[in-house]
Amino acid sequence: MRVTVKLFARLRELVGTSDLVLEVPEGATVRDVWQTLVGAHPPAAVYERSMSCAVNLDYARMTTPVTAGDDVAFLPPVSGGADAELR
Amino acid sequence: MPPATAISTAPLAVEAVLRAVEGPGAGAVTTFVGLVRDHNVGRKVLWLDYEAYVPLAEKSLERIVSEAATRWTGARVAIHHRTGRLEIGEASVIIAVATPHRAAAFSACRYAIERIKQIVPIWKHEHFEGGEVWIEGATADPDDQAALDAALKVACA
Repeated sequence: MRVTVKLFARLRELVGTSDLVLEVPEGATVRDVWQTLVGAHPPAAVYERSMSCAVNLDYARMTTPVTAGDDVAFLPPVSGGADAELR
Repeated sequence: MPPATAISTAPLAVEAVLRAVEGPGAGAVTTFVGLVRDHNVGRKVLWLDYEAYVPLAEKSLERIVSEAATRWTGARVAIHHRTGRLEIGEASVIIAVATPHRAAAFSACRYAIERIKQIVPIWKHEHFEGGEVWIEGATADPDDQAALDAALKVACA
């Protein structure tokens, strides 16, 4: 089945596109989509531990199942807003 | 009345964000304006490019408005965020909070900006003298209780 992958910021630059369609097996999870992406675009692997993900505009986990036609977004750490320091 | 949340490439206006929280029950309004400044960790900043996952960013802003209204009863919160290329001195985000009493207006406003930094998928690409870099902060997870507690702690300090 096919899913649409959306990429942003530095992750988008590393892969070279903001949108791509990937073929994954039935029953695949977000992790399978990510591994397919990294297989085709190895530089993306640097975000393995720091990114978050969303499926169809809901934040998701790597274990979240995906179905045909889903939008799967991989998000580098965010930095919106002003420079309010939290840590 | 302007929308409570907005993401746009057009310049932001404090007046519009203020109008979005107007109401007869308000006894206090606070505003926060985040600006593009000319320096960052020793670098001379030339301009910033903000990139958003717009539909999820809008949804995340709505979530923050709702979180604040639940935590501070009666709070009306509006957040407008800008994207695209911003020059030094321009506003990247404006927050307005109206509450019956002043203490909650300050706290809820601080809470909102801390949560924006945590969970809204907007990225900042800094162009400085001699190069460019993506600024990365928190790994976004709206259900991360530790992050939510940290934002509350800062807001209520």
